[in-house]
Order: sequence, then C-alpha cells, then structure tokens
Amino acid sequence: MTEEIIIAGFGGQGVLSMGKILAYSGIMQDQEVSWMPSYGPEMRGGTANVTVILSDDRISSPVLKKFDTAIILNQQSMDKFESDIKPGGTLLYDPNGITRHPERDDINIYKIPGAALAAEMGNPKTFNMIILGGFLNVKPIVKIENVKKGLEKSLPERHHKLIPLNIEAIQKGIDSVETVVAL
Amino acid sequence: MGDVRLMKGNEVIAEAAIRCGCDGYFGYPITPQSEIMETLMIRRPEEETGMVVLQAESEVAAINMVYGGASCGKKVMTSSSSPGISLKAEGITYLAGAELPALIVNIVRGGPGLGTIQPAQSDYFQAVKGGGHGDYKLIVLAPASVQEMNDFVDLGFELSFKYLNPAMILSDGVIGQMMEKVELADYKPRWTDEEIEKISGSWATNGKKAGSERNISTSLDLDSAKQEVFNHKLQAKYRAMEENDVRYEKFECDDAEYLFVAYGSSARICQKSVELAREKGIKVGLLRPITLFPYPTKQIQEMLGQVKGILSVEMSAGQMVEDVRLAVNGKVPVEHFGRYGGIIPTPEEVVEALEEKILGK
Amino acid sequence: MTATTEINNIISEENLVYKKTSVLLDNEMHYCPGCTHGVIHKVIAEVIEEMDIQDKTIGVSPVGCSVLAYNYLDIDWQQAAHGRAPALATATARLMPDKYVFTYQGDGDLASIGCAEIIHACNRGENIVVVFVNNAIYGMTGGQMAPTTLDGQVTATSPYGRDCGSTGAPMKISEMVSLLPGTRFVTRQSAETAGAVRKLKKAIRKGFENTREKKGLSFIEIVGTCSSGWKLSPTQSNEWMKENMFPYYPLGTLKDE
Ligand SMILES: Cc1ncc(C[n+]2csc(CCOP(=O)(O)OP(=O)(O)O)c2C)c(N)n1
Ligand code: SF4
Ligand SMILES: [Mg+2]
Repeated sequence: MTEEIIIAGFGGQGVLSMGKILAYSGIMQDQEVSWMPSYGPEMRGGTANVTVILSDDRISSPVLKKFDTAIILNQQSMDKFESDIKPGGTLLYDPNGITRHPERDDINIYKIPGAALAAEMGNPKTFNMIILGGFLNVKPIVKIENVKKGLEKSLPERHHKLIPLNIEAIQKGIDSVETVVAL
Repeated sequence: MGDVRLMKGNEVIAEAAIRCGCDGYFGYPITPQSEIMETLMIRRPEEETGMVVLQAESEVAAINMVYGGASCGKKVMTSSSSPGISLKAEGITYLAGAELPALIVNIVRGGPGLGTIQPAQSDYFQAVKGGGHGDYKLIVLAPASVQEMNDFVDLGFELSFKYLNPAMILSDGVIGQMMEKVELADYKPRWTDEEIEKISGSWATNGKKAGSERNISTSLDLDSAKQEVFNHKLQAKYRAMEENDVRYEKFECDDAEYLFVAYGSSARICQKSVELAREKGIKVGLLRPITLFPYPTKQIQEMLGQVKGILSVEMSAGQMVEDVRLAVNGKVPVEHFGRYGGIIPTPEEVVEALEEKILGK
Repeated sequence: MTATTEINNIISEENLVYKKTSVLLDNEMHYCPGCTHGVIHKVIAEVIEEMDIQDKTIGVSPVGCSVLAYNYLDIDWQQAAHGRAPALATATARLMPDKYVFTYQGDGDLASIGCAEIIHACNRGENIVVVFVNNAIYGMTGGQMAPTTLDGQVTATSPYGRDCGSTGAPMKISEMVSLLPGTRFVTRQSAETAGAVRKLKKAIRKGFENTREKKGLSFIEIVGTCSSGWKLSPTQSNEWMKENMFPYYPLGTLKDE
C-alpha cells in the first residue's frame, strides 16, 4: 500500500498539523511516512500545503506532481490541485468558501462541511481533525487507535487533555461525509 | 527498534549532534536551516551533555569559532545555507589547510546572491571543487532522507577525524524541511580529556604538556618548498579517501539500459522517475552518489558496458554533470536535466527529459 | 688571567641580575629593529612563567606582523585568519573553561577587518585576554592606512596624509569596548621605557588573573611603534609616538571592575 496525499488550504487551518498527525499515525502502524510542506513567505497568511505519503515500502520521491488523494480547503488550492489528482483518485473538500466546485468526472469526489461542523462543536480548532475524519471515512488507511497513539506521540504532554476532543472531532468527520461523484 | 520519531531533517541534525557527543555548535540564523540552532537552543544540551551552543555574530565568526574549537581536539560543527556558506568559505579553507576535523552543514537554497529560500543543489561546485582558495577538498556527504541526516552527523565526524579534514553535509530545503520517520542513534558520551589526548594529543592545542612538544594549529608556511611538501601530503590524503571511502547506492541497476545519476533530494525524485519510466517499459536505473567527494567515478564507469546513455539530474544549471562526463569520458551520451532557482523538478518531468534527451538520440 | 676566564668568573649564579624566561624561545625574531611586538612578546612570556600557566595557556595569533608569534612563545598556539582571533578564542575558552586563552592582534586585524569579532567577543564578556597592538598602521603589508592612523598621518594608502573627512576619524577602540558591560578590565599601555614595560607587565598579569577568576574579558591596548611603516628610525619613532599618539590615545586604565 502506498497513499500519496496533498493537503492544501490557508495557513492557520491546521493543514500542516493534520498532515503531521496522519504521518505519525502511519508510523504507529509501522509504515514508512514522509511529510513535505511548502515553506517560506508564502506560508504567512497565504496558502499552505503539505504532501503526505504513507507506504508499506520505502518511499521514493517526497515531492510529487500526481496524487492519489487531494484534501482541498480553499479556492486557490482547488484551482491549483484539482488537475493533479490521478485518474480514479480521490478529492475531498470543504465547500465553505468554494465558488468553483470540482468538475472532473474521472475521480471520486467527496464533500465535508468541516467549518460548519467545527462551529457546531463550538471550537474552530477542531476543524482539521473533522477533515481528517472525513478522509478516514473515504480512505481508512490508518486505524483510529493509531491516530490516537499518533496524537499522544506528537502532542506535548500538556496538551494530552485535548486528545478526547480531537477524537470526537475525527468521529464527527467520519460520520459527515457526503458523496458527490463515486466511480 | 530504538527511538523512532517523526522529525524534520533540520531538527534531526541537532538531535544527532547532541547524541553523537558533539562538543560545540556555532551558528548564525538563515532560512531554510534555522531550525538546527533553534532545536539545539530548545534542547539545552549544555545541561544534558555539556555541549556548548552559541549564536555567533556572523557566519564568519561561527566558522572561526569552529576553527578554535577544532584546534582543541573537540567535536565541533556549524550549519548554514548558501549565502552563509560563501562567508564561511574563508574559514573552511583554513580548516582544511590546518588539517582540522569539523562538520559543516549546508542546507542549500537557490542563488546566486540572496536568491531564494527554496531548495536547490546549485552549490555542488562550491562544496566539491573548492569554494575557498587553495588546493583542498572537503569530504562531502549528500543525505537523501531524514534518516541519513541523522546518520551522517556521526559519520561526518568519524570521517573528519579519520582524515583530519573538514566534512560537509550537503543537503537542501527538501530534506531539511521534510519530516520522515527516523530512528535516532543511541547517546554517545562526549570525549573525556584523556580520550582527546589519546585521539588528538599529537596536534590539539589544549595546553602544552610538560616534557612534550607544543602544538600549533596553523595553515601558514612561508617556505614554498615546505608548502609544496605539505600539499603533496594533502593530495595523498584525498587519494586515500577516493580509495577507501566512496559511498553510493544503486537502484534498479541490474538490467538497466539507461541510467540516472542524482544525489540528495534529486535522487529521491529520480527513484519515482525510475518507477514511472519502468511502467512505460523504459529500463532505467539510478546511481546515487552518497559521497560527492570522494566521487563514485569507478562505479559510474562500471555501468558503461551496460547503459546506452546517462541523464544527470540536479537542481542546478548543470554542475555534477561535469563529474559524470569526466567519469564517462565520451563513451556514452551524458546529458543534464535540472530545474533551479528554487524549483523542484517533478518525477514526470524527469522521465520526459530522459525520453527527449537520451532515448530520443 | 685571560679575558675569557674573566668573563666566565662573572657568569655565576650570585651575579645574575636578569634571566630570560624559558617561555620565550630562542628563535631569532623577524621583527624590525625597535618594533614594539618583540617587547610585548617578552612581557607576556614572563607573566606566563611567573603565573606558572605555561601548560594551560593557548595563544591565538593574528594576521599581521605578529602572525608568527607562535615561533616565539613556547605554548600551544592557534593561528587565526585575519581578524578572527576573538572567534577562535571564544570557542577555545568556552570548550576548555580551565585554560588561559589570549588573542594577540594588530590594529588592522582587530579594528578593521575583525571589528565585528572583537566587539561581539567583548560584548559577550568571553573569559579571555585581548592584547591589542596599536601602531597606527598596517605593518605587515607595507605601511598602509589603518582605522587607527592619525589625522594627517602619511601612509602608503594616504600618501597626502589621512583625510578624516573622507576616511573617518582614528578609532579609539579601548574607549569603545569599555562601554560594553562584557569587558571587565580595559587599559591602554605603552612599552617604550623600562617604567612603561613594568606597568604593561602588571596590566597583562591582571588580565590573566581575571581569566583565572573567570571575570570576563580583559582588553589591553598597547600603543606601539612601527618604524618601517612610519619610515622613521626607532628613536625618532618613539619621539613621534609620544608627540602624536599619546595625546590622541591617552595612556591609563579606562575600566577595572
Ligand atoms: C583576508 C585578508 N585580507 C588581507 C590580508 C593582508 N594583510 C595581512 S596583514 C594585514 C594588516 C595587518 O596590520 P595590523 O593588524 O595593524 O598588524 P601589524 O602588521 O601592524 O602588526 C593585511 C591587510 C590577509 N592576510 N587576509
Ligand atoms: S613592519 Fe612595523 S610592525 Fe612590522 S615588524 Fe616592522 S616595525 Fe614591527
Ligand atoms: Mg598595525
């Protein structure tokens, strides 16, 4: 199994940390992982994206042009990455703020109202975990228990009290995915 | 399994330094490698192992602090990115001229000038062919993964003490900023004064022992005849490195009819390109130099009976390709493909370049 | 009695009035006649012997006429790139806190190309001694203008006299570094008379004692001559120094904490 994922949105949406938790979860189930962010001035306030790869084998390029899955959280990223999904691949997006919806018919497309659900939970910081939950519904490549272990390993001790809230948000995400196009 | 973590290449350099018993780090902030010093400052190794960490006033000062520390027989290091390495060039040639061991990390960014903060491999010439003045060589290690960033800190010190020559880890923002799974090394204690005496007593300037010769750490000899003899000695040392310490890796080379030669992050990209090309039925392999000096010249030559063409892939306008051509000496076509100025080539682009520049011929 | 036996009779322990310290090696010095470097070397060597720290002292030599200082003092030495001696000394002192580390630098080395290194070493209060030899000129390269060259002074690169309007004023480095909290002892000395040499020796000794007490940085400037660069005889050089250098670079201790 190799899953090549791009996660893209605004800086501040928790794109990078979501990728990190996913990567840590992969390590918890003995996989090879890589996490390659865009970095530099473009991160400040602008778009942020990270390429995450989980694999049972040694990972070749951490920098990719084509992805199995794109998780898209703003319009710029939709414009940039929709065409980079492999045929038969997956696009998961939050329709909040999206004015031009995806148009491809050779990929699987899913929607998740992450921003709305985070508001509902009363905590905007749960947004990225809700999205992660949505992804795990569509592609259950890591087990929830390994996500939990990943959170334990990646969060500093003083934040461990937040883990149950994060797990709750992931569960909410798992339950809230809407299929747009399924091949 | 030891201590397995998800870490950035830059952070791992810092962690590996502490764990391998490094005595001192001296640096000056520059993107994309500032995490190295930041991580060290957070980790407070002064309290844990006694390692000294100091933010110098400039790269010039930092490399000269390294010269001072290395002269004491200590394991010392610095890190920077391209513009900072240009400033360190003076100190680096002095280290080489005084035959001092030290580790220098260069997380390369695109140039020339202030350039960009995005990754590049455009400092190959500077690292491998000189950078500073005089007939000297650095031992140059090119990690292609976060794990190798970890491993090469210890290896860099080992080789630099073996040959009494500065070593450089030549990497870039891809490996420096990327997180991967890494198994950290076990802690090695810092050398004691007695151990330093045993290892470096014949040259370290840590106080003249009663009854023994004093030590002088210098790169100066105003007598040209002696200076030439010294240069012969340096050259012999470089030949010994070429004889004994070439490191490389081959990937899908057994049945290869074509060959990529690439190092560091470009080699990772080329691994994917090998996969993509083979899906198309193109039998291509990858030879990855791990040491850029000493260079795997012989290993490239050994492929010549088998391959019909070679594509050298680097994030530069074509630097390492010259060493590939020197090895090949006209026997098969050698072409260069590169993106630069901070642009990272995609695996697909590399396959296209192979088809166009090598198969097309 | 022949002349030789007469001399041999005089050379005896009870007649000994002066003995060259063994820290000063017998190598013939390359300095010009009258050059201040040689005297300063001897003073440092004597202090090292008297304090019994020969096995614990590491000198850092500059680029300048004193680049070969390591040929003259029998201690461990590091030879620095031009201006960088304070950086070498910083690491050496930090990595070996029980050692005595000093830099020996000229005015071109310290006040021009190495200005950043010295200011920051002073500011950090590194536990080292800095011996700063100010001869108002670049001696080694043939007498060019230094940052310390006086107003109107003729040098190879200010052949019509230094024009402070375009080249800046001569830098009073001791005054500058005395403002930094990291320096503990800042003094300006000379070495042209026996009395001056005695005072200089006291100052250098104080510097090394400060190192022993981990007090921080001691900065000892010595106003000296460069007869070759100044194109004067050694005697004329001393006169010129007293007349022109001392008024602008007044001797004395600026700071002692
Ligand atoms: C990087 C570099 N630039 C220039 C020189 C040439 N150089 C050698 S000594 C010197 C000036 C030395 O003057 P100073 O420090 O005053 O020492 P002095 O000879 O007067 O004692 C210069 C410019 C050098 N060796 N290295
Ligand atoms: S040139 Fe000047 S500083 Fe150099 S040795 Fe001669 S007198 Fe001394
Ligand atoms: Mg001078």
